[in-house]
Amino acid sequence: MSDKEVDLRRRRFLTSSVSVVGGVGAAFVAVPFVASWQPSERAKAIGAPVEVEFGKLEKGQMLRVKWRGKPVWVLRRGAETLSALEKQAELLRDPDSEVAAQQPGYAQNAHRSIQPEILVLVGICTHLGCSPQYVKSSDPHALGDDWPGGFFCPCHGSTFDLAGRVYKSVPAPTNLVVPPHSFLSDTRIVIGVDQGAA
Amino acid sequence: MKNILICLLGWVDDRFPLTKLWNEHLAKYYAPRNFNFWYFFGSLALLVLVMQLLTGIWLTMHYKPDAERAFASVEYIMRDVDWGWLIRYLHSTGASAFFVVVYLHMFRGLVYGSFKQPRELIWLFGMLIYMLLMAEAFMGYLLPWGQMSFWGAQVIISLFGALPFGIGEALSLWIRGDYVVSDATLNRFFSLHVIALPLVLVGLVAAHVMALHEVGSNNPDGVEIKKVKGSDGIPKDGIPFHPYYTVKDIMGVVAFLFFFAFVVFFVPEMGGWFLEHANFVPANPLKTPEHIAPVWYFTPFYAILRAIPDKLLGVMAMGGSIGCLFLLPWIDRHPVKSIRYRSPLFFWLITVFILCFVILGYLGTQPATMVFTETGFRLAELYFTFFLILAIYSREDRGAGAYISWFVVLAGALVVIDFLRFDPVKSSLIMGSALLPLAYLAVFLLGPAFTRLNESRPVPERVVWK
Repeated sequence: MSDKEVDLRRRRFLTSSVSVVGGVGAAFVAVPFVASWQPSERAKAIGAPVEVEFGKLEKGQMLRVKWRGKPVWVLRRGAETLSALEKQAELLRDPDSEVAAQQPGYAQNAHRSIQPEILVLVGICTHLGCSPQYVKSSDPHALGDDWPGGFFCPCHGSTFDLAGRVYKSVPAPTNLVVPPHSFLSDTRIVIGVDQGAA
Repeated sequence: MKNILICLLGWVDDRFPLTKLWNEHLAKYYAPRNFNFWYFFGSLALLVLVMQLLTGIWLTMHYKPDAERAFASVEYIMRDVDWGWLIRYLHSTGASAFFVVVYLHMFRGLVYGSFKQPRELIWLFGMLIYMLLMAEAFMGYLLPWGQMSFWGAQVIISLFGALPFGIGEALSLWIRGDYVVSDATLNRFFSLHVIALPLVLVGLVAAHVMALHEVGSNNPDGVEIKKVKGSDGIPKDGIPFHPYYTVKDIMGVVAFLFFFAFVVFFVPEMGGWFLEHANFVPANPLKTPEHIAPVWYFTPFYAILRAIPDKLLGVMAMGGSIGCLFLLPWIDRHPVKSIRYRSPLFFWLITVFILCFVILGYLGTQPATMVFTETGFRLAELYFTFFLILAIYSREDRGAGAYISWFVVLAGALVVIDFLRFDPVKSSLIMGSALLPLAYLAVFLLGPAFTRLNESRPVPERVVWK
């Protein structure tokens, strides 16, 4: 102990430096705690491609499979459905699939698929993640008399056409996602492997 | 024997402020003598909290936080564990009872101005408790791993995904710990639900009560009892909390438990309102139930979310609807606290707000049809306008011109919003329903301009007690 007067400036400097150093230390200690919430290595590793045999699918029929824990739909569309797709561009928010993240480049076309007939979609609404229902125009529904068939999300009322394109004035902001997929044969696709990636 | 106990108390008091705490918070805490029915709900909330902690600890003894086994372990509790059904129903009914009690408690604060100066912090702590309670209830609802558990969590976590610049996607991935709601999500929600949030909740409740006991309770007259003290320094309108209000609150507990036990024993699912039917089906990540809705206590905010046909704006409106409540002490700055002495228009303003909240709550449970969504949008407009009008009402010396200009501005804003969201498919619906907010604005903004309905009455010096 010295008898000198307390140097307040020095004390303040020391207090604030210790606080800063301590704060930086606390921030570093927080890293492992925060990072441990990220998907684990195991969760990242699961997600192998899924092969789907769709030869038995009739026109208008849809298959549901699970890929990376999510529902994936495979739908066979008829010629009438495909020609009807072009007629309602002004009702859609993104008729030309311009939001690039929603489909691979090879599905960025009028029918949003590799083969026009076979539509592959991740069945998760782009609004808040519910799985929309497949509602044909012939099914009982409350979507209006001129409903041409498409997908309806029961959670918040978003609607999508039969290419997974979102209608205007619904909560969902973007078209349904087309997952990476490729054809193994005329009746077999693999979901999770890009076309041409071999 | 008695001497030994007194000696023991003295021994403790020398080492721990036991008697001091007892006096400060109970025996010599002076509460206004005119508490009415609405003042039961604070102590009832404490009762439910203790009950939830107790039943929760017991449920944890049998529950398995594992996506493969969670659903079955809840059924195991219901069927095979001795009295497990009772403990589980006490817990699930307790969750809804918590919100019933808390909503009534908040309503009391709203109408008697209990959030106003100097009690702003009590209100803020209370709002934090309410937010935490919502998080606690939401995470608890995932644990049974039923269809509603799964899809409810999927929707609520996706709310964070609405944040722009890729933050949202990264954030919801971080919360889930997987690309979909999965075992990782279930396990961390379990940990947060049984350890982290209850700890913080108990701490916040302590802060809430400490802040209350620092400034003293408000009362139905909105009079500060500390302003009129007797020669002994005790407020003339105050009575010791113990024994007067402890005994009165026990009476409230008895009445509450009567209703509570009725639900637990006779209608524990409350017809799908407390435990939704779809949650008796195990979670299926491939199929959303035909109709999904959150549990009733979330639905007013959920209806606001759904009413806005834009993802980011919808989430912002939902956040804002809770945010407005946080800011209440700085929105309603009218010097008169209690609804008893505020104007007739204020009474109707509150009434319409409560109606809005209840109807929004109902809409949130229903399918998103066009008419319901539009109604929800209109009620959401009223919900937010309520806070604006509260702010405008904060001063009574405004001239008629000020009210009329506010009317023109707000009505103009309504028209602009309708113009921006105009959709030819529902043009008649939009134009017809626009009458609702316009009438609301006319009554509450033109009313004060042309009538004397917005004049407060004089507040008495001391509490009125019949």
